[in-house]
Amino acid sequence: MAALQAILNGILVGGIYALIAMGMALVFGVMRLVNFAHGAFLMVGMYVAYFGYTLFHINPYWGCALVGAALFMMGMAVYWLLIRRVMGQSDFLQILLTEGIALCLVGAAQLLFTGDYRSISLPLADKTANLGPLNFNVAYGVSFVIAVLGVTSMYLYMKYTEMGRAIRGVAQNPGVAPLMGIRVRWISGISFAFGVACAGGAGALLLPVFYVNPTIGSPYNLKSFVIVVLGGMGSVEGAALGGLILGVTEGLTAYYWSDSYTQVVDFVLFLAVLLLRPQGLFGKKAP
Amino acid sequence: MSSEVLLEVEAITAFYGDFQALFGLSFQVRTAEVVALLGGNGAGKTTCLRVISGLLRPKSGRVRFLGQDITGLSPAEIVDLGIAHVPEGRQLFPEMSVEENLWLGSYLPRARKRRRENVARMFALFPRLAERRRQVAGTLSGGEQQMVAIARGMMSEPKLLLLDEPSLGLSPKLTEQTLAAVRELSKVVTVLIVEQKVMEGLEIADRGYVIENGKLVTEGAAAVLVADKGIREAYLGL
Ligand SMILES: Nc1ncnc2c1ncn2[C@@H]1O[C@H](COP(=O)(O)OP(=O)(O)OP(=O)(O)O)[C@@H](O)[C@H]1O
Ligand SMILES: [Mg+2]
Repeated sequence: MAALQAILNGILVGGIYALIAMGMALVFGVMRLVNFAHGAFLMVGMYVAYFGYTLFHINPYWGCALVGAALFMMGMAVYWLLIRRVMGQSDFLQILLTEGIALCLVGAAQLLFTGDYRSISLPLADKTANLGPLNFNVAYGVSFVIAVLGVTSMYLYMKYTEMGRAIRGVAQNPGVAPLMGIRVRWISGISFAFGVACAGGAGALLLPVFYVNPTIGSPYNLKSFVIVVLGGMGSVEGAALGGLILGVTEGLTAYYWSDSYTQVVDFVLFLAVLLLRPQGLFGKKAP
Repeated sequence: MSSEVLLEVEAITAFYGDFQALFGLSFQVRTAEVVALLGGNGAGKTTCLRVISGLLRPKSGRVRFLGQDITGLSPAEIVDLGIAHVPEGRQLFPEMSVEENLWLGSYLPRARKRRRENVARMFALFPRLAERRRQVAGTLSGGEQQMVAIARGMMSEPKLLLLDEPSLGLSPKLTEQTLAAVRELSKVVTVLIVEQKVMEGLEIADRGYVIENGKLVTEGAAAVLVADKGIREAYLGL
C-alpha cells in the first residue's frame, strides 16, 4: 500500500514534469535545438506567478494561463533577437547561446530578487484528499490536473490545427516544408515560444507546492532533458509519458531509499536509456 | 503552341559552395505545355528546379513567371504564385497519414478554401490513395508514395507543376501508371518534368531540353528528340 502511495505521489509530480518536458521536446523536434535555458524559463514563470500572487492576488492556478501567455511572448522575443541567429549553426554555438541565456536569466533574478527562497501558502496546500486508501495533497492534485489539461490541449493543438500540422511538418521534413508554403522560420519561432510557455506555465503550477529561488530551474532542466531522451528525442507524446515515468521512478526512489537520491536516479535512468535504448522508449530510430 | 510564356528561365548560374552546378542555363515553358528536362546523373536538373521554386538562389540570371520576376522570392511566395515543386525522392511527411500530407499540400490560405474538393479530385485520380487515406505515409510502397507526392503538389492549385523524376525507383509498370497520371494532370496544369527515363519522359512531353554539366546541349519538339540519333545513342543506349 505504501508503495502504491509512492506511485501516486510520483504520478502527481510526473504530470508537471510531462508539461515541462513536452516543451523541450517540441523545441528539439522542430528546431533540433536543445534549449539549455528551458529550466531558467521555468524559474521566470515561477517568479511571474509569485509576484502575480503576492502583488495582484492572482491565483497561480488560473494565473498559469497568463504566465504561459507572458512566457510565450518572451519566447518569441528571445527567438527573434537571439535564437534565430544560431539556427543551422553548429551544436556548439547553440549550446553556448542557450546556456548563456540561462546564465543571464538566473543572474538577473539574483540581482532583482536576491537568492532568497520564496513561497506562497495557498489554503489548499494544507488540505489532504483521499483516493480509496491513498491520500494526496490537494494542491498537488490540482496542479496535476491542470498540467494534464495543458499537455492534452497541446497534443490536440498539434494534431488537429493548421498551425499544429505545419509544426509537425517542419519537424518531420524541414527540407520540404517550404514547398508547402510553410515559413519555416516563423514556425520555428512559434514552436520555441510554445516550448518556453510550457516551461513557464509549469513553473506557475509548481509554485503552490514548491519554493522558488533563482537557481530552481537547473534540476528541472536536467529532468526534462532526461525525459526527452527517455521519450525519444523530439517525440512530444513520448515526453508526456516519459514525464510520468520519471515522476513514478522518483516517487519510488524517495519511498524505498531517500528523497535526496532522486537526482542520482535521474542520472542512472538517463545513462541506462542512452546505453540500452538510445532512440528512447518510444522513439523509432536513433537521431 | 503559340500560347503565352508561363515560365522563363534566363541564363541562370548556380553554385553549391565553390562548386558550379549551372552555367547560364536558359529555357521557356508555355502555358498548357508538358516540357521535359533531360540529362544524365549530375547534369543539374534538380538544381534547376530548386532554383525555380526558390529553394536555391541563383548566383546570376533571372526566373520569370507570368511575366513577373520571381528570382530571390522565398519558396512560400513562389508556391503562392502558382508553382508547385514535387521534389526528387518524394519527400513526404513520413509520420503523417496520406490525408494529412494532402492537407499540408493545401496549407496556403488560398488553397485551403477548396481543400475538400481537391482531396476528392486527387482520390479520383489515384483511387489507391483513397483506400489508404489513413495510412501513415512512411509505410506506403514507393509507387504509392510518389502518388502522394504528386497529389500533395496539386493541392496548392498550381499553374505550373515541377516534377523531379517521378518514376525514380519504380518498376516499368508503375512508371507507366505514374506517367499516365501525369498526362492526365497535364490537361489542367502546365508541367515541367525531369526524367532520367528519357524515352518515357519524351513520350508524354511536347518539347524537351537536354542538359549536360549544367549547360543546355539540345532542345526541340519531343518527337524530334526521340528520333535524334545522337540522343538515342547518348541516353537510350539504342
Ligand atoms: N547539396 C549539394 N552540395 C554540393 N554539390 C551538390 C549538391 N547537390 C548537387 N550537387 C552537385 O551539383 C551537380 C548537379 O546536381 P543535380 O542534383 O542538380 O543533378 P541531377 O541532374 O538532378 O542528377 P540526378 O539525375 O542524379 O538527380 C552534381 O554534380 C552534384 O554532385
Ligand atoms: Mg536530380
